[in-house]
Amino acid sequence: MILARVVGTVVATRKDPRLEGKKLLILKPISPDGKDESGYVVSVDTVSAGFRERVIAVSGSSARMAEGCKDTPVDNAIIGIVDEVHMD
Amino acid sequence: MYFGRVVGSVWATIKSPQMVGQRMLVVQPLTPELKNTGKPLICTDAIGAGAGELVYWVRGKEASFPFLPMEPPIDTAVIGIVDEVHVKRTVNEDVPAAPAAAPVPPPASRKNSRKNGPC
Amino acid sequence: MLIARVVGELVATQKHASHEGRKLLLVQPLNLDGTDRGDAVVALDAVDAGVGDKVLLATEGFSAMTSVGRPNSPIDMAVIGFIDHIELVEGVV
Repeated sequence: MILARVVGTVVATRKDPRLEGKKLLILKPISPDGKDESGYVVSVDTVSAGFRERVIAVSGSSARMAEGCKDTPVDNAIIGIVDEVHMD
Repeated sequence: MYFGRVVGSVWATIKSPQMVGQRMLVVQPLTPELKNTGKPLICTDAIGAGAGELVYWVRGKEASFPFLPMEPPIDTAVIGIVDEVHVKRTVNEDVPAAPAAAPVPPPASRKNSRKNGPC
Repeated sequence: MLIARVVGELVATQKHASHEGRKLLLVQPLNLDGTDRGDAVVALDAVDAGVGDKVLLATEGFSAMTSVGRPNSPIDMAVIGFIDHIELVEGVV
């Protein structure tokens, strides 16, 4: 799982039928203190996340365990919206 | 999957029992423009590719699927021999164009066509 | 999933049987600013994309295999969507 920030959205009308109705968001990985890290990933939103929100995203086959993603061609899913991160 | 060229083969007498009878090839990853990129690696051959041939290969658990129901402990396999490559790309199409005053360079498009066979 | 651009096609006669009947595309993964992200990869086509199209690239086995309808085959990447539009928050690139 990674911490990430929602930085954008992808609109695709022609896509795998199992992706229909799913929101595709662009995530940028962040460090626990909120700094942007390199790279990005396109993720399926399962928790109604919004722009600029900090989220938890899961990748690989585990992404299909997210709500509504069973047997869909999803390799990354947002599974939570972060309220706070505490570092010791 | 990734694009590459077979540049050699590897022999190993002592190996995992599931690997007996499998050919192992040395593959150099290539860019679409046929330039070397990254280090050569060893792929199990699932298709009968030979030295010099352009191929494409798969990485990860999926590499063992051509050998089902056997599950050899491999993470890369050559799964296709490439007959032709057609490439057409304009460099950095999405990057904002240079100021209008500057001369516009012609798009760097290419078309490679290469028949199957030794290099 | 990654954003990518189709830059070419491969023709292969001798290939794993599961790849028959599907286009083999050379796709270049992109950064958010549109620059190249690493090297181009080979992906099977599930949405009838063509050279120059901006697409959604699945980079995981199950997603790739099932989107082209070939489970348990050696496929780790597939073009699963045709991107119409990308919207970004300001200042991200």
